[in-house]
Amino acid sequence: MDSRLIRELRKLLGADAVLDKREDLLLYEYDGSVESARPNCVVFPRTAQDVVVVVKLANQYKTPVVGRGAGTGLSGGALPRLGGILTVFSRMNRILAVDVENQRATVQPGVVNADLSAAVAHLGLHFAPDPSSQKACTIGGNVSENSGGPHTLAYGVTTNHVLALEMVLPDGELVRIGSPALDSPGYDLPGLFVGSEGTMALVTEITVNLTPLPEAVKTLLAIFDSLDDATETVAEITARGITPAACEMLDGWTLRAVEAYVHAGFPLDSAAVLLIDVDGLREAVESHAEAVADVCRVHHAREVRVARDAAERDLLWKGRKNAFGAVGRLSPTYYVQDGVIPRTKLPVTIRRINEIGKKYGFEIGDIFHAGDGNLHPIILFDASDPKQFERAVSASDEIIKFCIEMGGSITGEHGVGMEKDRLMPLLFSDAELELMRRVRDAFNADNLLNPGKIIPTGKSCGEIRVRPLPVAGSLPA
Amino acid sequence: MSASASAVMSRLSEIVGDPHLAASAQELAGYAIGGMRPSAAVCPGSAQEVAELIRFAAVEKLGVVACGARTKLEIGLLPRKYDLALDVTRLDRIVAYDPDDLTLSVEPGIPLQKLSAALAERGQFLPLAVPFANRATIGGTIASAMDSPLRQAYGTARDFVLGMEFVTGDGTLAKSGGRVVKNVTGYDLHKLMIGAFGTLGVITKINFRTFPLPRETRAFVANFESPARALDLRERVSRSPLRPLTLEIFSPGVADLFYGSAAARDGMNPLAPNLLTNQAWAFTSGVAGTQEALDRCEAELRAMAEQARGERFSILRGDQVAAAFGRKREFVAIALESSPAATILKIGVLPSRMDEILPGIESAAASENLRCATMARGVGVIYAALLPDASSEEARECVARAVTLIQDACDKAGGDATIPWCPMAWKSAFKIWGGDGEGLSLMRKLKAVFDPQRILSPGRFVGGL
Repeated sequence: MDSRLIRELRKLLGADAVLDKREDLLLYEYDGSVESARPNCVVFPRTAQDVVVVVKLANQYKTPVVGRGAGTGLSGGALPRLGGILTVFSRMNRILAVDVENQRATVQPGVVNADLSAAVAHLGLHFAPDPSSQKACTIGGNVSENSGGPHTLAYGVTTNHVLALEMVLPDGELVRIGSPALDSPGYDLPGLFVGSEGTMALVTEITVNLTPLPEAVKTLLAIFDSLDDATETVAEITARGITPAACEMLDGWTLRAVEAYVHAGFPLDSAAVLLIDVDGLREAVESHAEAVADVCRVHHAREVRVARDAAERDLLWKGRKNAFGAVGRLSPTYYVQDGVIPRTKLPVTIRRINEIGKKYGFEIGDIFHAGDGNLHPIILFDASDPKQFERAVSASDEIIKFCIEMGGSITGEHGVGMEKDRLMPLLFSDAELELMRRVRDAFNADNLLNPGKIIPTGKSCGEIRVRPLPVAGSLPA
Repeated sequence: MSASASAVMSRLSEIVGDPHLAASAQELAGYAIGGMRPSAAVCPGSAQEVAELIRFAAVEKLGVVACGARTKLEIGLLPRKYDLALDVTRLDRIVAYDPDDLTLSVEPGIPLQKLSAALAERGQFLPLAVPFANRATIGGTIASAMDSPLRQAYGTARDFVLGMEFVTGDGTLAKSGGRVVKNVTGYDLHKLMIGAFGTLGVITKINFRTFPLPRETRAFVANFESPARALDLRERVSRSPLRPLTLEIFSPGVADLFYGSAAARDGMNPLAPNLLTNQAWAFTSGVAGTQEALDRCEAELRAMAEQARGERFSILRGDQVAAAFGRKREFVAIALESSPAATILKIGVLPSRMDEILPGIESAAASENLRCATMARGVGVIYAALLPDASSEEARECVARAVTLIQDACDKAGGDATIPWCPMAWKSAFKIWGGDGEGLSLMRKLKAVFDPQRILSPGRFVGGL
């Protein structure tokens, strides 16, 4: 990277806002995915104007620029695939305004998801999207990825809660789109930019809806001796039109990993559990919980436990939300998929995933947002063995292709990023990918903003390429 | 239309088949927008035909306006060019309905009523209780982003449209999203199509998540001497654990509309007498749930209404819930029928600022001696109908002055006030869309991507898009 660019960045942002030493950069070459890519420098803007400066300099030096929140993403969205300037929003972490009367908040992108909910809890409000990484991940990252979470089953994903954005376009222009009021005239620009994975703008301010906390919550743990019974329960809960606030499934393998770590009281000998929240009015919650429990029993749940109090509920949820951490104790590397299927196809898909695991010789754990049909099969592998990695990718691709066959999609909430761009042609025609490319180029003409994401870069989109395997010591610079 | 009009006609006929091409003055009159008639109307029978038509139109630079039941064709500015009406009513199939997954895929031309009936058979529905419900198609509803009283509980189409297939202005048949309830694969291009009034593409398929029909419902009405008190109740409800399905505040002028003849349209049940009067503001809210939950909602709404100093509380059940709900849904349609030059503003504003806007609307109308009726949704969306008794030049001037006062008040309150409905001849004098803010340059860029030849409803939308 041009040393003049670093000098100018230091001059304009301050010396403490720029990192370019190799040992510092190493910390930023990963996110939560299996990918890696090292930036040439890392900057920490404090204001939207700082971001404008960074983007303008990036243009001047024809250097890629990539936004990053906490780096918890699972698809490489915040990794600088082609190097360049990594813009880390950790210093733009202020909650700028909370409007209680209108149930809105305006925040900087670096505000941690759970911090916003904690800050407004005393007002009886929360920010509804709750990714498992919510104690670390930022709202800017949530906006970029259109993040979900367990409770988005009832409350909707990030895009359903974003009203307005301030953002820096790839040419350095600072614009505001959307409005804190509803139905502002014109195209739904927030609808396009939320979930665009940082390929069209860097978001510098976000106005979100806050959601009232429910009056009552009941958490049920339904324990099953057969995986099929558990998945059929979810399909029937959906079919009966019961919408729990959350409906998560952990298979036996995963819950044993979790239990060893969190000690939440998950039964070690079961084949699967469903962790289900119902919430709302006190009166509604009782009947709702009973209806859910009823379906569980019809499908041979061995036991349906109801969390006695908030502490027990929190413990169960801690188990769910820390599941990936628990899995990390078992294997240094694992590959999490994010396919989505119609809920009616849950039983057949879960059976198929386990067959695929056997075929490739992997134990595949399953922990996922069952109520949404959003699967997170986890494949453990040893990254130091390139053959294993290759097999893990093949197994994963086979799972994804099956999801598509079932009428599903390749990512429910983790994003396409640099992990699944090569799979996009499975869902979209060349013409559709070209349209997306043109939309991106309308804002990001030189493709300097987060290049190499979402849209496959190969000349022929119809051809699926196998990602080059990472080899120790030859990481992309 | 270009020099060889007959060549164009024969190509159109080739694409859709002669029976589906209309060119007689009489037929075309039905597609007129503010008196402007297209040269031809085509009813394609497939998405491929739509794509072929648009490709042809792009080459010939024909102005194309897509339409369904044409209940909202007058919204927006006159098209800059209007050669071809693209009528999608033959695309009226339910492509896929998976009630056990609560997902649905439909073509745009299916009438809402027919679709609702199919969903109701499985105890489900789409929370799109939009005006002109007995005629409107799903495509027009989505393309115009009509909102509904049910948005209080369910949000708007952008919250439950899962994906779409559409034809862009260069004739590309494309899709985005999918038919699963959670999906972040690729850009959400379908969100751009919602409310774009056909200026970015012609919708050929829409995927939805469906919802279980609420089993038991009740509605609650309370009267207030001022909008401020009715809004006070709105705020109390928003802070309570209650989650009503609908929440609207009506101005005193609404009583005459809702008890008048226009409201008897489409076989709606009569509304019980004395629920509304032209002397009071009314707060009305619909709730759903088990008997136990409904009883509690009723008791708490009553208690909160008392604290807000409301009067004359009524509980509606059964047919009366439907009668009130139908009127809320059809507010715009009823208002349009009740004046020869009804001018309806749609205002989006923070709920807390409605207390500035609502009295402002009343005084603006009063200062011009105009009849006026206002429906304010609890979420901060207001429909203000100015109802002159004539469509004369004098009436236009009165309405224009009132509109200016209202739009200024909205500006001040940080809101937007568009004018979806008014006589077409008046539009050039009004700020129909506003919205020329910072986003407009981005919208222009998108328009250039989706419709490079500017043939799709050209000039009809915000900023002349």
